[in-house]
Amino acid sequence: FIPGGGGAAASFGGRESAALPSPAGNTGLACPRAQTAMNCRAEVLEVSVEGRQIEEAMLAVLHTILLHRSTGKFHYKKEGTYSIGTVGTQDVDCDFIDFTYARVSSEELDRALRKAVGEFKDALRYSGSDGIGQISLEFYQKKKSRWPFSDECIPWEVWTVKVNVVNLANEQERQICREKVGEKLCEKIINIVEVMNRHEYLPKMPTQSEVDNVFDTGLKDVQPYLYKISYQITDSLGSSVTTTMRRLIKDTLAL
Amino acid sequence: MNMDIARRGRQAIHRFSCAMDTDLNSQDRKDLDKFIKFFALKTVQVIVQARLGEKICTRSSSSPTGSDWFNLAIKDIPEVTHEAKKALAGQLPAIGRSMCVEISLKTSEGDSMELEIWCLEMNEKCDKEIKVSYTVYNRLSLLLKSLLAITRVTPAYRLSRKQGHEYVILYRIYFGEVQLSGLGEGFQTVRVGTVGTPLGTITLSCAYRINLAFISTRQFERTPPIMGIIIDHFVDRPYPSSSPMHPCNYRTTGEDNGAAYPSVEDSQEVCTTSFSTSPPSQCVFTVTKAHFQTPPPVVMDTLKVPMMGLAFSHQLSSSRLSYQPAALGVGSADMGYPVIFAGGLNAAHPHQLIVPGKEGGVPPVPSQPAHGTQADHERMVMCTPLDGALYSAATPSSSEDTETVSNSSEGKSGSPHDLLETIFVRKVGAFVNKPINQVTMASLDIPFAMFAPKNVELEDNDPMVNPPDSPDVESPLQGSLHSEVSSGSSTGNTHDDFVMVDFKPAFSKDDILPMDLGTFYREFQNPPQLSSLSIDIGAQSMAEDLDSLPEKLAVHEKNVKEFDAFVETLQ
Repeated sequence: FIPGGGGAAASFGGRESAALPSPAGNTGLACPRAQTAMNCRAEVLEVSVEGRQIEEAMLAVLHTILLHRSTGKFHYKKEGTYSIGTVGTQDVDCDFIDFTYARVSSEELDRALRKAVGEFKDALRYSGSDGIGQISLEFYQKKKSRWPFSDECIPWEVWTVKVNVVNLANEQERQICREKVGEKLCEKIINIVEVMNRHEYLPKMPTQSEVDNVFDTGLKDVQPYLYKISYQITDSLGSSVTTTMRRLIKDTLAL
Repeated sequence: MNMDIARRGRQAIHRFSCAMDTDLNSQDRKDLDKFIKFFALKTVQVIVQARLGEKICTRSSSSPTGSDWFNLAIKDIPEVTHEAKKALAGQLPAIGRSMCVEISLKTSEGDSMELEIWCLEMNEKCDKEIKVSYTVYNRLSLLLKSLLAITRVTPAYRLSRKQGHEYVILYRIYFGEVQLSGLGEGFQTVRVGTVGTPLGTITLSCAYRINLAFISTRQFERTPPIMGIIIDHFVDRPYPSSSPMHPCNYRTTGEDNGAAYPSVEDSQEVCTTSFSTSPPSQCVFTVTKAHFQTPPPVVMDTLKVPMMGLAFSHQLSSSRLSYQPAALGVGSADMGYPVIFAGGLNAAHPHQLIVPGKEGGVPPVPSQPAHGTQADHERMVMCTPLDGALYSAATPSSSEDTETVSNSSEGKSGSPHDLLETIFVRKVGAFVNKPINQVTMASLDIPFAMFAPKNVELEDNDPMVNPPDSPDVESPLQGSLHSEVSSGSSTGNTHDDFVMVDFKPAFSKDDILPMDLGTFYREFQNPPQLSSLSIDIGAQSMAEDLDSLPEKLAVHEKNVKEFDAFVETLQ
């Protein structure tokens, strides 16, 4: 056995459970929801942070999730076997929170997440809302349909982080907030790991032709599952003011 | 102990029955055993590396190297692997036999406290249908990722990042029954994850102490490093180190980890292999009862003093003379380093002079491997010399344009009796004499050699202290620094008045500049007077100034072409 990994593709995978209706999702999806969705896990985390902590807190959570949902690059060989590249990790210290998290060593992935989180932060701060918003990280699979129908995006796991922005009056409160948010993030990481550990549905390992339907193969050093990040800002009335979809995958599936 | 026998019997039957039911073929069985073994080794690596006190960074590689287990780039620290293998002694975690990594904290006064116990256990629940070569492997990989995440999240992580002169973090690996009694009351458990296999379910969890309240990190930050306490540890030690008290090896006679699973209560007396995890080097030593004469034996751990941006703080303040040999060991912890040289009273083990990374982004010090005839020389390879940015043999050069001061030191240990020499080389501008102050720690009989007053004399001869009457200043900075010194500011030992307080500004990133904001702030807290504002130079009256103006204008007009050309280049 070679520790580099490998295996015969597409012969096993997670278990499929009974279909449940897909959760109420974001509007404006260019990729239509499948009618009979597979069991899509939905996890919700909530944090209360100060304005300047938004980015780091979101990055910590999203990176931790993606650490678990990324593999090394697949290299397909003959007879449907493949080998898997190596995923490196690095620690990131937060400047505004007493917290350190481990993320995948991939600058491309980091940039993509930072971009999304930056947009979320800007939307949150300038929308004039109470400072309540949520950012969602959705893992999906593509299912090719025949022409003229476009490909479907079937989510199988959605993580939602609800953010509540607080305003603090003085430095002492900020110092306390640093520590408290750090502790809260520790709890969130433990929650995330708990969910990951359940070993619930994961897409089957794809054959070479199917790999782009399951993984984002556009990065050069790691291979996360296909994902989308979207966010919503709610104003004080509770209705959705801004719903923005950002597509962070290389392929576009326009009709 | 009927229960013990009964349990063992159950284990045997269980393993047998699992094997029978699953009809696990021998290849799968071999693979599974291999996976579990390497998983255990990697688990230990991740845990220990997370407690070294520094950030870990490994690279992703798209092409498989064939040696990265579980498709994760986890470095293997050889000593850690060795210790883990020794603890496992060829066995694998099984029911009732868990692999445990104990993380504890040890203060400079010798008090120690267990912080966490990480347990890798196997229970009876078999998952017979699972495919070994793929699913189990991938789930083990996922579990390692979870471990990477969780190790940064328990309270001990922040403590380990701040380890240094007041305390260090140690680890211990043992195999057998899990002992949680040392964690105090109310300890909490976090489960990292489980992976089912045909032979049982592997569980990885961590039990951690929570009543750390009395040893919050704040307490450590506020206490300034008191060098005296650390030096005290040497008082009881025999001088010189002709027979090292703690041989840096982990094969002490009579030591047999395989047999002994020391209970926590005994850990103070019969401490099996404990390792300081302070980076960059790890001093491996074993303490047994025989060696245990005066507590604490694990003195080497406490030798670590932070090098708070030593190089940089001195590069920026060449006029500050406190870094002079006079200040060796006096006052601020910046000068802690030479103390360690004195502690090269264990001259054969110069690698113990390594200092940990503190949050100040301390550059590591390269260790000089002992060329001596130590029998266990080969075991010192673990303390690898680092690409030390700070300390390198520097030769004075006269081509320095900027004011830089670099401390360079060379530890020489040509023979067990060779003592270390510290050579401080100061390069201060192109036109100033560059004295080389050579401080030898030859007289190790005096425990506090570095406090000896002889170093102060060197200071007097230093042109920086007593600048020549009219120094030819090359740069305004140099000039102003000179004037600061000559204008009678305190004798350059202002550093001594500084109490080291950990300054944690929000933005300081220690990976960009190996000097933290706190040091920078301290250095520039008292900027020198501008020369134009100081009274000496401003003694000229206004009238004289005005008189000299026409001359100056004439000179400038002569050079007008040059100025124009210069302006052109700017545009």
